[in-house]
Amino acid sequence: MTKVTMTVNGKSASGDVEGRTLLVEFLRENLGLTGTHVGCDTSQCGACVVHVDGEAVKACTMFAVEAQGAEVATIEGQAAPDGTLNTIQQAFQDHHGLQCGFCTPGMVMSAAALLKDNPKPTEAEIRHYLDGNICRCTGYHNIVKAIMAASGQDVSRIAAE
Amino acid sequence: MYNFEIEKPATIADAVKALGRDEAQPLSGGQTLIPTLKARLAAPSVLVSLHGIDEMKGVCLDDDGRLCIGGATIHSVVAKEAQAHYPALAGLAARIGDPAVRNRGTIGGSVANNDPSACYPAAVLASGATVVTNKREIAADDYFQGMFATALEEGEIVTEVKFPIPQSAHYEKHIQPASRFPLVAAFVAKYADGVRVAITGASEDGVFRWTEAEEMLSNSFAADGLKGLTVDGSGMISDLHGSGEYRAHLVGVMTRRAVAAMGG
Repeated sequence: MTKVTMTVNGKSASGDVEGRTLLVEFLRENLGLTGTHVGCDTSQCGACVVHVDGEAVKACTMFAVEAQGAEVATIEGQAAPDGTLNTIQQAFQDHHGLQCGFCTPGMVMSAAALLKDNPKPTEAEIRHYLDGNICRCTGYHNIVKAIMAASGQDVSRIAAE
Repeated sequence: MYNFEIEKPATIADAVKALGRDEAQPLSGGQTLIPTLKARLAAPSVLVSLHGIDEMKGVCLDDDGRLCIGGATIHSVVAKEAQAHYPALAGLAARIGDPAVRNRGTIGGSVANNDPSACYPAAVLASGATVVTNKREIAADDYFQGMFATALEEGEIVTEVKFPIPQSAHYEKHIQPASRFPLVAAFVAKYADGVRVAITGASEDGVFRWTEAEEMLSNSFAADGLKGLTVDGSGMISDLHGSGEYRAHLVGVMTRRAVAAMGG
């Protein structure tokens, strides 16, 4: 076992892990942060997307020891401490950007990473950026709408084709 | 996954030393290796993470004007930093996998693995790049030796790849949407002394140069000139995503599209 220490949602977190312990396992099992989901476990679906040092990564395809010393952000750290949703989360609620909710943590974290680099993405840019996030309810149009809305853009022209 | 230790050296020299341990294997971005370990298709006792080796990261130009990319440089960095020098290569890096994969996966990992459908090997071969390891420099034409096979020896690490910058180039890929790997892709690079064409995703021998197309394009750089040229489907990968004949057909289509995108 190796001791790892990282900052998760602004707080220091540490634990003993095996070499093979994935970052997502450390978050879910050691820290009890079960908002980060494991969908496919093969890095296809993006339900496990978290930010490591500000960049979106798939927490199922990175070992916990590789995050030693890193700043990790998960879905649990997105809302304010009093539970007020952040802009992206609120937009997902307002625009029905979630159905079963399984993919939502990854969608929100991917959306946050996109808007950090590209504050006013086009619809096509959003769809392209979400290449690695799969919604099993196929609710993509409302997810795209929510991200457009979170970036302060008009969503009325997004057609559900 | 079977269990293993992870070593995290900070220098190439320490990584080479760690790789001398029994059943040790290098770990770069892990975007292929970790799924492989989960499937128990590999069982190393030690993984040597190359992620913390700063001397293997970054993009720069050398004295010969070649674009040099450190082996541990992630795709998203290449997408940004190669854009001003070699836009076709930056564009290739910007379309590997998805954004989260591009924030972990590295050029060195891709080139060392030599997946028959990976993107980078096509750029390396079409550019006549040089693969630099901790021991030596290997010309791309000697480096790729078949599906998942390279000139790398046990414990040898890809520390850098040096790309001569072409006059113009284009990477055209037909994506396989489930895996996000190319089903077939063509990288065409035009240099003062001729055109090079590398194809990935198609052959059972991995990435290869389409020399007939290179000869025709070096004489006359026109997509239409390739119309009668076909590739034999018998040595092509055949699976549920497409037959060998289909892939052979795509080789021509992707190459012609790349040439047309370059104005030929």
